[in-house]
Amino acid sequence: MCGVTGDRYERTEADCATAGLLACGLITTMSRAIEEFNRRQLRARDAMDRAYAQPLDIARLAGIACVSEAHFIRAFRATFGETPHRYLQRRRVERAMFLLRETSRAVTEICFEIGFTSLGTFSRTFHDIVGKSPTEYRRLAKVKAVPTCFTMAWTRPSSLGPSSFGEADTARRQ
Amino acid sequence: MLNSISISHVFVLDQDQALDFYVGKLGLEVSNDLDLGFMRWLTVRVPGQPGRDVLLEKPGPPAMDEASADQLRELITKGASGFTLGLTTNDCQKTYETLVSRGVEITQEPTEQSYGTDIGVRDPFGNHIRIVQPVQVATQRS
Repeated sequence: MCGVTGDRYERTEADCATAGLLACGLITTMSRAIEEFNRRQLRARDAMDRAYAQPLDIARLAGIACVSEAHFIRAFRATFGETPHRYLQRRRVERAMFLLRETSRAVTEICFEIGFTSLGTFSRTFHDIVGKSPTEYRRLAKVKAVPTCFTMAWTRPSSLGPSSFGEADTARRQ
Repeated sequence: MLNSISISHVFVLDQDQALDFYVGKLGLEVSNDLDLGFMRWLTVRVPGQPGRDVLLEKPGPPAMDEASADQLRELITKGASGFTLGLTTNDCQKTYETLVSRGVEITQEPTEQSYGTDIGVRDPFGNHIRIVQPVQVATQRS
């Protein structure tokens, strides 16, 4: 601040203008920093999505996000609204839903394929999140965009076997 | 009524960096790069595919106030712009390998889906792009 004129009013106005500019500068600098911070957090989240079956490695993710391990979980939550652990858990459950719906692979096989190491934990987690057991989900889920030849072959009411796709699926696994 | 989608847009935070990514790495070509004075009209397209341009638009004044642009930038960088662009390829695996060799950030490795094989890609700013090799129509009708 120059403060040369000695005029109180002018000086105040000048102070305000300078403060305003400073604030603008600060805000801009801050938002650029937030952008870089966000982008690094997103990079860590993408790493989880890309390798969701691998164990949660906070040290590695913190490295990708360029923050300390202790800070990472808090920072991730501040950016995306949930902890990395929860994010990964729900990604795995989403993948499980996809595999249950779109493939005929056994539940145990899917459980290990998406990164769970215990069937009990997987079943409990799945039920907590989806509100149904994996088997029940599979039975009720609609296969999406299946080629018409399949729906025609499998969903036609028939006296030769189970009357619906879901029942056939359940019967086969039991 | 309407007969085509001619132009869509992706918000980018820096147009030179966007050119480097969308043209240099993704392999699109510049269809327009005009300094309109108030903005740089920068569009890209799939080489040899006129009529479908993507505007690489930089948010900021005078189109929007600085504070709004800042909010937008913050959202884009945390991936909140959602699914911004979908492209097709004849060979997903080869495209994937090319993009990896060029240092492109991959969000999803090649995955077989009901509609084909696809990968997920992140642009330098946080926008999500998907590239799919569609299943052959002949297979779909089998």
